[in-house]
Amino acid sequence: MGDPLISIRDVKKYFPIRGGLFQSTVDNVHAVDGVSFDIERGETLGLVGESGCGKSTLSRCVMRLVEPTSGEITYNGTEISEIPRKEYWRRAQMVFQDPRSSLNPRLTIGYSVGEPLIVRGVGAEEVRSRVTEFLGIVGMNPEHFSRYPHEFSGGQRQRLLVSKALITDPEFIVLDEPTSSLDVSVQAKILNLLNRLKAERSITYLFVSHDLSVIKHMCDRVVVMYVGKVMEIAPKDEIFGNTLHPYTRLLIDSIPNPGAKEERTMMGRESIELPSNIDLPMGCRFSPRCPHASEECTRAQPELVEVEPGHFVACHMYGK
Amino acid sequence: MTKTILEIRDLRTYFYTYAGVVKALEGVNLRVNEGDIFGIVGETGCGKSVTALSILRLVPNPGRIIGGEIIFEGRDILKLSEEEMRREIRGKGMAATFQDPSTFLSPSHTIGEHLKDIIKANADDPRGLKGRELNERIISTLAKVNLPDPERVADQYPHELSGGMRQRSMIATGTSGRPSLFIADEATTFLDVTIGAQILRLFQEMNRVDGTTIILITHNLGIISEICNRVAVMYAGQVAETCTTEALFKKPLHPYTVGLLASIPLIDREADELEEIPGTIPNLIHPPEGCRFHPRCKHVMEVCRREVPTICEVSQGHEVACHLFNGEVRSDG
Amino acid sequence: MTTEQAETAEATPRYQELRHSVRLLLSNPVSAAGAAGVLLLLLTAALAPYIAPYDPLAINLQGRFLDPSGEHLFGTDHLGRDVFSRVVWGSRVSLTVGLITLIEASVLGTIVGLVAGYKGGWVDSLVMRITDVFLAFPSIILALAVAAALGRGLTSVMMALGITWWPLYARLIRGQTLSVREEQYIEGARLSGAGGIRIMFKHILPNCMAAIIVQISMDVGFTILAAASMGFLGIGAQHPSPEWGLQCASGAKYLVYQWWISTFPGLAIFLSVISFNLLGDGLRDVLDPRLRRG
Repeated sequence: MGDPLISIRDVKKYFPIRGGLFQSTVDNVHAVDGVSFDIERGETLGLVGESGCGKSTLSRCVMRLVEPTSGEITYNGTEISEIPRKEYWRRAQMVFQDPRSSLNPRLTIGYSVGEPLIVRGVGAEEVRSRVTEFLGIVGMNPEHFSRYPHEFSGGQRQRLLVSKALITDPEFIVLDEPTSSLDVSVQAKILNLLNRLKAERSITYLFVSHDLSVIKHMCDRVVVMYVGKVMEIAPKDEIFGNTLHPYTRLLIDSIPNPGAKEERTMMGRESIELPSNIDLPMGCRFSPRCPHASEECTRAQPELVEVEPGHFVACHMYGK
Repeated sequence: MTKTILEIRDLRTYFYTYAGVVKALEGVNLRVNEGDIFGIVGETGCGKSVTALSILRLVPNPGRIIGGEIIFEGRDILKLSEEEMRREIRGKGMAATFQDPSTFLSPSHTIGEHLKDIIKANADDPRGLKGRELNERIISTLAKVNLPDPERVADQYPHELSGGMRQRSMIATGTSGRPSLFIADEATTFLDVTIGAQILRLFQEMNRVDGTTIILITHNLGIISEICNRVAVMYAGQVAETCTTEALFKKPLHPYTVGLLASIPLIDREADELEEIPGTIPNLIHPPEGCRFHPRCKHVMEVCRREVPTICEVSQGHEVACHLFNGEVRSDG
Repeated sequence: MTTEQAETAEATPRYQELRHSVRLLLSNPVSAAGAAGVLLLLLTAALAPYIAPYDPLAINLQGRFLDPSGEHLFGTDHLGRDVFSRVVWGSRVSLTVGLITLIEASVLGTIVGLVAGYKGGWVDSLVMRITDVFLAFPSIILALAVAAALGRGLTSVMMALGITWWPLYARLIRGQTLSVREEQYIEGARLSGAGGIRIMFKHILPNCMAAIIVQISMDVGFTILAAASMGFLGIGAQHPSPEWGLQCASGAKYLVYQWWISTFPGLAIFLSVISFNLLGDGLRDVLDPRLRRG
């Protein structure tokens, strides 16, 4: 504790909207609007939120695929913009969401999985042996080296993406909705595999998902985002057992849950859609939907405050 | 006491593709009672969407329904002509909404225009319905699905609406003909969790207030538990188990159902490792002999490899298609 | 481990996909006809020395203007040369011109298109404006102007046509690049550490090949026609080359009574162009993934 692997400080990412005759910037999409938190060494940190919350954009900022508009991200104390890209991408990797479009259909899986090594000048012999080694590690048949992605199922392609992410022996992996497009029974296999790999290779995970049940199963701590900002951060048991933020409460209550007896009371007003990232409400982002919204909530944005040890909330209901 | 609104007997739907014949549905049996919210749950390739399309007789090329009966409100609709289906059944008797409403809503027509067409098509006297009365019908239909500001929505095009609103619009067009059966195929899959929850609430309302029977098709067991009263579990083109929702979670019988339940991370359960069902979903061009689940089944027996299991009613309203339960045969033969 | 093996056992092997594509192509009678025509042309060009009964350049002033007969299938021309042999050997000329031109155009156009599409920004804008200028000219006029500047002969023709055609390919590849660029596997490639060149040529280019192949197969017909037109106008091939356009020109003044001198080369041009067009159309349909089902 206390020596985070990754530190995110007040990161903002705005996407300009161009319009007018000269394509000048008319407005901005506030994809990520001032986010700060740490990722501790060895943990699986969950990043959860619905569409538009900014979790995908933020994870791409952490991976240096996207440059933040402002703010700072450090890796082992060093600003990531100062680490040469190839070096950073050796230590930090990412597994993408859609197995269907994450592998180039025209290249063999042997090439796709081995590319991180090929690009760094590793000889063909060694590339081949490492790729077959990692194919085996993720439970694939190493002889399928020269096959093409369309010859594999969704679950298998996801494994290929995992082996590609592992091949440079990274210490940090961002998992962006790794099982969202998979069948439930396949998901179980992938999640078990991810946990096994983490234990064997001491990797830190940032697990991005919209599915709270999966988050609960996989993660040690959880960060909840809503429309570009962090609403709550807490260890897993606290998030589910001692939910503080009304949005987190709404999210948990919205999960259809097997075995639920009573009809859950719908928190939040009916039929209010998620706000856009362009016309933002003044004050707290969640105030239009919050049943506890007060006058102060519509005026001022709440700060993220540590209410209990390790438990942070951004809500006016909780004292400063 | 309870009336059967839809009964499917031994339905077979095949797809004739260049790679071979995909036996998507191989003897599907279902019974839905009036007033049910009936869930059909299964994974990729189980045939749940094909079942929905078969019921509506909208199976796309190269698919064809090649056998069985679909008895809706007493009539075998497989025997009706396309004209009769269009005139009497679709829209009035049954309606549906699918995963991606954008493919069913024309981008060059406003929502109001869509509704106008459907309402007129289903009205008994299309010419009598016009002007202000028609408009009022449109607005009230949109208001029923809890769309905020229905007058505004009626003038908007599908791409101007959010995903949740498009789904509601599609539900509105579906229910405008006041169907007795409404089929929702993965209606909430593309929606955010909180928005999807609102759509589920809407279905419950339709069922409670209008008495509409709902068939909910999904891969999400949580949704089933939340709003369905009865459920059918499908695997590889057949029905593995049919029972009440409570029985499904408390006393699942079919090994596939048991495995499925054990592999989901549940919000109210702790598990270090999720159980895995070994193997994968079979190829439907060359499905396994006998029970289609047998290659993956923990309890596989010799007979499973040879014979397709018959459906047994193990207890009141609980049916399984599995050789483990062959001892208890249905009392009505 | 065995469960994974079972999974991929069901996969459609590549050759089966290829066989299906060919079958699909040939199932359409129109594109099958096109394919047959192209095949005929290729065989004629390849086997010219064996098919042509006479030396195409052999002048025989005793046997001028002979009617088509068993001895001379297409008759003889004003210099007594066997028209059939000339048409057969002419296929080599036309095909060479067509293919070389298109190789030039496609290679140059592809490189420019890839860079423009991938880099975007000012590079893209610049390329777009340049191609706009080229495409604004009617291609024949442009080709004529360039050929005239370079002097007569087939080499000038090939250069001129290459210069006229490359902007088309640049635009085509740029468009493809723009869409492929957004695919998640490109992001994955970046994450592997792949640089721009590797991404453009190893990742994006293979995904454009289908479009390139279709375009080339359609264009061969047009380049043959363009070369023939230039030959007809006297800018392209020079005497005594058996180039079809040139033959049409030479035979033009005898069209009424010795119609065979221009007609057969003209027919050859027509058949070649149409065959490539039909083949190209058919290929486009086959390679369009949406039409593959059923």
